[in-house]
Amino acid sequence: MSQQSEVIRHSSGQLVTTITAGFREIWAHKFRSLLTMLGIILGVSSLVAMSALVAGMEKGAKEALVAIGGLEKVRIEPREVPVEQRHLIDQAVGITLNDVYALQESAPLVTRLSPEMRLPATVSGNGKSFRPWGLAGVWPVALEMSEHVIEHGRMFNEIDDEMARNVCVIGTRTRDELWGSPERTGIEVIPIGETIYINGVPFIIIGMFQHYESEQERKARELAQREGNQTQQDVVTRDRGRGRRGGNFVFWLKNSTIYIPLNTMWMKFRSGVTLTGFGPGFQATGGAGGATGDPRLSTLELKIASVDTLPEALQQIRNVLMSTHRGIEDFTFRTQEEWAENINNFIRNARLSGGLIAGISLLVGGIGIMNIMLASISERVREIGIRKSVGASTADIFVQILVESVVIAVLGGLAGLATSFALVQMLSSLSPTENAPIVTVSAMGVAFGFSVMIGILAGIFPAIKAARLNPIQALRYE
Amino acid sequence: MSLVELRNVSKIYRLGEEEIRALDDVSLDIDEGEFISIIGPSGSGKSTLMHILGCLDSPTRGTIKLDGVMIHDASARQLATMRNRKIGFVFQFFNLLPKLSVVQNVELPMIYSGVSGRERRERAMASLEAVGMANRAKHRPSQLSGGQQQRAAIARALVNGPKIVFADEPTGNLDSHTGEAILSLFRKLSTEGRTIVLVTHDPEIAAVTPRRIEIRDGKIAEKVDLTLAGLDRPHVVRSPEDKLAS
Repeated sequence: MSQQSEVIRHSSGQLVTTITAGFREIWAHKFRSLLTMLGIILGVSSLVAMSALVAGMEKGAKEALVAIGGLEKVRIEPREVPVEQRHLIDQAVGITLNDVYALQESAPLVTRLSPEMRLPATVSGNGKSFRPWGLAGVWPVALEMSEHVIEHGRMFNEIDDEMARNVCVIGTRTRDELWGSPERTGIEVIPIGETIYINGVPFIIIGMFQHYESEQERKARELAQREGNQTQQDVVTRDRGRGRRGGNFVFWLKNSTIYIPLNTMWMKFRSGVTLTGFGPGFQATGGAGGATGDPRLSTLELKIASVDTLPEALQQIRNVLMSTHRGIEDFTFRTQEEWAENINNFIRNARLSGGLIAGISLLVGGIGIMNIMLASISERVREIGIRKSVGASTADIFVQILVESVVIAVLGGLAGLATSFALVQMLSSLSPTENAPIVTVSAMGVAFGFSVMIGILAGIFPAIKAARLNPIQALRYE
Repeated sequence: MSLVELRNVSKIYRLGEEEIRALDDVSLDIDEGEFISIIGPSGSGKSTLMHILGCLDSPTRGTIKLDGVMIHDASARQLATMRNRKIGFVFQFFNLLPKLSVVQNVELPMIYSGVSGRERRERAMASLEAVGMANRAKHRPSQLSGGQQQRAAIARALVNGPKIVFADEPTGNLDSHTGEAILSLFRKLSTEGRTIVLVTHDPEIAAVTPRRIEIRDGKIAEKVDLTLAGLDRPHVVRSPEDKLAS
């Protein structure tokens, strides 16, 4: 009993010596050890870099989610009448302002309602024209609803809406298309008070939103601005070109918005006195449109009090709409939650597959360590014999070999963490996503922990093999 | 009470159907402070005897008591502790670790007995001093001559204050002059009271010890006690190996 406790005390005191010996062994075979570590270095750095990429993507996706109005936003969209109600198709009224008023009255869980009528349109002005993506007639509340911020001028108000005034609020893309972007022209045009023609109808611009962009885009732009005028041109035009694809699509869409008052939309484009004859896209499904005017909304966006009550709120809205729609289910809900779930799914999958690949490379690194440890002990059979003859126990030899293996893995892990920063830099300049990778401490911790674990696992078998050597045979070994 | 008590010890190896008795019913006592040689041709079983006495191996049958501890059925861990505390080995090929300096080699046994760093260094230096190697402490074994390496190995064998030192052909790899010096070092250690067991095939080397045990075919063939005979060396023809060495 006392002997055993003595041995334990000894092993703890020996540990420092053993670790030093491990370092010495590694130092004695610098190149071989470096090659062995390389597997762990690559494994750890790819694990960290992969997780940084995914974290960057996740952040970008969450930013985009907030930009379109957060999780509390629900969209009510028209839908084809279900098969069992097809015979009632003539009575389907679609989503109209009536629904909005009814919801305002009877759905207390809904805090904000924003009806929207969309119109495919051609916008011209300043001698140029383009087709915006998001021309919509809305109530002033749409500003808060879609998280828009007016930078210049003002949003139209209830009076503008009531009077059906020909006013509009534009996103920066309209300005860029008609007057040129500040990056291209060098001056920032603020076209407040200018007139643009929407399908030939003149509108006065009374406000312009701020330029929406992801955090990274903003940083890049600010950096380019700071770098002075010469390089500015170059960098930013390229940046603009990139802005149209990938994760920034949401921001691009948002910048393409043109808002006009809902009433104006109705009076000027929808009520039958259509000036240019464009109808909404879903007109084909309903019968009530045409020359008599189409009172149906393209979408109805609403905000609920809190995400926690989402199911209840949806049920409430559904009840109200079923009554106003006379039981015909020609509407559907679209929540951001689905999107958020998609994002989460994607992130989880990316993390899993990336982690798997990085894990495999760590495993390969571990096999490399095991291989070199086996080679090392068969080189050192005599040494093990000598150590045993002067009193090293089986446990002492086991610990010695295991410590060596762990030291290689730990050094490799640390070097891998350092390398991961370089790898992240390289990946972020190569990768197609717009989102800067984020190196997280937890990812580094996990990767490092894995490398230590791999070191232990890889060392166990060679250590057992070494510890089991018969001292007499080991001493005779040439 | 004897330091070593060997009673009816046998070591039997099996090679298929064949049974090889490396040691056959050997009984032997060694007293504390004795200088003894075990002599026999190769394959006689003298190495097996030394391994069993030195706790490197366990007997198939029989009992061994070493310094009051029964070791014939001890666990591997107990044997390791015995080797560490009670036994010192000196080998024919010195068996110093080439990557360590001389003093680090001498420290090795103390690492496994948990002596702290500073004390380890002090005791290792003292031990090197005793064999006249203190000025070579920082050298690598490869930078030393054979005799110096063997002195370092002896310093390592003595550093943990063992009860008994086994020297397995300690001069077999040295020229006769250096070998003579190593033998006289052992003689000196013996006069200081160390228990030393010299294992050799060479009767001339065995002649330096007062007591000799000859092993033949796994059995003790003769015991020569020269203490009373006044250390007169028996006349032996030098073996061809020794002629080559000198």
